[in-house]
Amino acid sequence: MPKHRLERCGLTVTGACVALVTVLVVTLIVMVASHGLATFANDGIAVGDFLLGTTWNPHQADANGNPTVGALPMICGSFAVTILSTVIALPIAIGSAIFVVEVAPGFGRRVFQPLIELLVGIPSVVYGLIGLSVVVAWTRSWSGSTGYGILSASIVLAVMVLPTVTSLSIDALASVPHEYREGSYALGCTRWQTIWNVVLRSATPSLMTATILGMTRAFGESLAVQMVIGNSAQIPGSLLTPASTLTSVLTMGMGNEAMGTVYNDVLWSLALLLMAMSLVFILIIHLIGGRGAVRHG
Amino acid sequence: MSDDRVTPVLETRGCTVSYDLTHEALHPVDLSFEQGGTTALIGPSGCGKSTFLRCLNLMNREIPRCRVGGDILYHGENVNSTDVDTFELRKSIGMVFQQPTPFRKSIRENVLFAPKRHGVTDKAVLDELLETSLRRAAIWDEVKDKLSRSALALSGGQQQRLCIARTLAMRPDVVLLDEPCSALDPISTFSVEETIRDMAADGICVVIVTHNMEQAARVSDRTAFFYMGQMVECGPTERLFASPADSRLEDYLTGRFG
Amino acid sequence: MADVTSVPSQAVRAARHARRIAAQDRFATGVLTAIVGLVLAVLVAIVGYILVNGAGKLFDVSFLTSKPEQFRAGGGIGPELFNSFYLLVLTLVISVPVSLGAAVFLAEYAPDNAATTVAKTAIETLSSLPSIVVGLFGFLFFVLQCGWGFSILSGSLALTMFNIPILVRTIQQALEAVPRTQRDAGLALGLTKWETTIHVLLPAAMPAIVTGVVLSAGRVFGEAAALIYTAGQSAPALDFLNFDLTSASCPWNVFRPAETLAVHIWKINSEGVVPDLEAVSNGTAAVLMVCILAFNLLARWAGKAIARRLTAE
Repeated sequence: MPKHRLERCGLTVTGACVALVTVLVVTLIVMVASHGLATFANDGIAVGDFLLGTTWNPHQADANGNPTVGALPMICGSFAVTILSTVIALPIAIGSAIFVVEVAPGFGRRVFQPLIELLVGIPSVVYGLIGLSVVVAWTRSWSGSTGYGILSASIVLAVMVLPTVTSLSIDALASVPHEYREGSYALGCTRWQTIWNVVLRSATPSLMTATILGMTRAFGESLAVQMVIGNSAQIPGSLLTPASTLTSVLTMGMGNEAMGTVYNDVLWSLALLLMAMSLVFILIIHLIGGRGAVRHG
Repeated sequence: MSDDRVTPVLETRGCTVSYDLTHEALHPVDLSFEQGGTTALIGPSGCGKSTFLRCLNLMNREIPRCRVGGDILYHGENVNSTDVDTFELRKSIGMVFQQPTPFRKSIRENVLFAPKRHGVTDKAVLDELLETSLRRAAIWDEVKDKLSRSALALSGGQQQRLCIARTLAMRPDVVLLDEPCSALDPISTFSVEETIRDMAADGICVVIVTHNMEQAARVSDRTAFFYMGQMVECGPTERLFASPADSRLEDYLTGRFG
Repeated sequence: MADVTSVPSQAVRAARHARRIAAQDRFATGVLTAIVGLVLAVLVAIVGYILVNGAGKLFDVSFLTSKPEQFRAGGGIGPELFNSFYLLVLTLVISVPVSLGAAVFLAEYAPDNAATTVAKTAIETLSSLPSIVVGLFGFLFFVLQCGWGFSILSGSLALTMFNIPILVRTIQQALEAVPRTQRDAGLALGLTKWETTIHVLLPAAMPAIVTGVVLSAGRVFGEAAALIYTAGQSAPALDFLNFDLTSASCPWNVFRPAETLAVHIWKINSEGVVPDLEAVSNGTAAVLMVCILAFNLLARWAGKAIARRLTAE
C-alpha cells in the first residue's frame, strides 16, 4: 500500500475509535437528560418542588394532585456523605502522601504504592459487605441506633476514596521540583518547615484536584453506600439515623418501576442530577487547573 | 550557463520558518548543497541552524503551527509543496539526530526495519544491505557476532553509528546530521567523523550541524554561519575560519560569545 | 553594658527556637508515621478479614461449582464465577482495541482543533460519570432500545463504556512517555506515523500498556453498579455440554442474563432471604478478592516480563 494511503488509513481507523466513544458519550448525555427532563416537561412537576421538596413519596399525591417527589433528602444525603468522607480521608491521604514522598521514598515506591493500588482495585461491593458486617455493627454497638446512616456510609466511603486521593496526592507532591526543597534546606529550614511552607504550598492546586476527584468518586458510589446507609428517604436528622443518597434510591428503585410512569421519570431526574454534578466536578477541576497554570506562569 | 554548472542536489531559495504565523524563527536562507560535498552549519545555540536542517527533509512539518516558506529544491524540483511525497523524499534524504535513537529491536531489525517497510523483501538483498550499511558506518566488526541482540545494549557511540547505518540502509543521496557527536566521547566522535568523510567520498551530500568549530574544520569543505535566525556568511571552510568577512562571525570564532 | 546582656539572651532565644523547630519536626514525622501505619493496618485488616472469613468456602469445590440457591442454604457460585470471567473477556475484547485506537489518535494524530477538544472532554466526562449512570444508560440503550434485554452483551457493552476512559488514559500516557526522538527517528526514515506507532512506539510502550490493561481488568471484574441493570441479577444454571447458542443454559449465549460475583454479593445482601447469607457472601467476597489479588500480581509480573524480553532480545 502506498505510504500516504497507509497514513490516511491509520488516521481514519483511530479517528473512528475516538468518534465512536464521543458519539456514545453524547448519546448517553442526551438520553439521560431527555428522560430526566420528562418529569418536568410531561408530568408537570415543578423544578423547584423536585429540588427543594422535602418529602419523597412518588406513590402518593400531594394537595395539588401531583406526586410528592421532593429530592432534597437524597441531595442532602449525597452531599453529607461526600463531604464527611472527604473530611475523614483527606488528612490521612495527604499525611501518607507526605510520608512516602518526603520521608521514606524507597518504602513508598516499593511497598506503599503497590499496596495502595491494590486497595483501589478492591470492588465496591466488598467494601459494602465489610461496612455492613463491621462498620454498621460497630456503630450500633456504641450508639444504640440501628447503625445504618450517614456516619457508617461516610466511613466506608472514606476508606474507598482514600487510595484514589492518596495516589493522586503522591503524584502531586512528587512533581514539585527538587530544587524548591533544596532551596529551602539551604536556608536552614527543617524538613517539616520545608514540607509545610514550600512543598504543600506549591502542590496546592494538584492536591485540590486530587480532593475533587475523590469527591467525584464518593458522590457517584452507589452499591457500597446503599448497603450501609439504611435507605430511608428523609432529611437526615443526625449522622446515626437512616438516610439515602441519589445513588442509593436509583439503585433500589429503577428495577421496580415500569418505564414511563411518573416514579420512573423522577428516578431519571435523579440520574440527571447525578450526571450534572459530575460535570460540575469536572468543571471545578478545569478551573483549578487553569488557575494553577496562570499562577505558575 | 547551465553547461558549466552542475545542478545542486539540494538548494534552498528564500527558505523561512515561522511559528504561529507571526514569529519568524528563520529569515530567508539561500544555500545549495552539492553531491559529495560536506557542509557544516555552525552558530551559537538558538541561531536557527537545526531549524534550517529540519527544513531540508521537511521534518518541520511534523511540528504543529510551524510553517516553512520559500523553495526547497531537490534535484531542481521544489519539494516544499503539499503534493510532494514526504515519505519518498525522506528515504532519499536521511537524518541522524543529536541523541542516538535506536529502536527497541535487534541490531539487524534496526538496520533493516525501514528498507523492509519500504518494500524490500528479498532475503539476500536484505542481508547484503545489512552488511554494507554496517560496514560503511564502521561498526560491522563490533556487532557482526551479535546481530540479533538488542540495539539498546550497545554503547552510546555504537548506537550512534548504528543509527547512521540505519540511515545508509535506505541508500540516500543526502544525509543530514544534527549535532551527531554532542552526546559522544572523543573516541566515538573520531569514528563518527571518519564515517562522515567516507560518506562524502562515496558521493553523498552531507550537511552537518555542529557547535564544535574544530569538528566543522575537520569534516567539512564548506561552512555556513548562522546567527539569530539568519544565515550570515557561507564559504569554503578554510577561508571562512581564516578570514571571516562578517564581524559577528569573527567575534564568534574568537570566542566572544556562543 | 546593655550589649553584654543582650548578646547571651539572643543566643539563648535562638537555641530555644532551634530546639522548638527540631521538636516540631520530630513530632510531625511521628504523626506521619502513625498515619501510614494506620493506612497499612486498615489495608491488612480488610484483606485479612475477607480472606479469613471466606477461607472455609474458598477451597470448597462444590461451592465454587454448584448453582446458587435462593431460599435454601448451601448454594454455590458456579454460574457467577463463569459469568464474571466471560463478561471480563468479552469486555476486554471490545474495549482494548477501541481504547488503543482512541489513545493512538489522541497521542499521535490529534490535530489541535475544536473536534479534538470535544473528544477529549467526552472521554474525561465518561471517566468521571458514576458507574450507576453508565449502567442506567446501558439499561436504556442496550437493554431496551436495542432490545438485547438483560444479557451478557448489554453487560459487557456497559462495562466497555466504564473501562474505555481508564484504558485510553493509561495507553495515552504510556505512548506519551516514549521519547519524542523515537517518533522523529521513525519519520526521518520515511515511515508513516502509523508505521512508527505500530512498530516503534507501541512495542516501547507495551510494558506499561499491559500492566494498565490487567489492572483495569481487575476493576472490571469487581464492578457491579454498571451491571445490575444491564447483565441482570439472575444466573440461569449452565450446562457446559449445551452448544445451542440460543438456549438460556448455554454458557456462551451472549443474550442470556448473567449475574456476576460482585452483583451476587450485592443482590443476596439487599434481598436478605438466603439462610446462609453471611457464609455465601463472605465466600463470594473471598473468591473475588483472590481474583483481584491475582490480577494485581499478574499485572506487575507481566509488565516486568515484557520489559525484560524487549530489552534483552
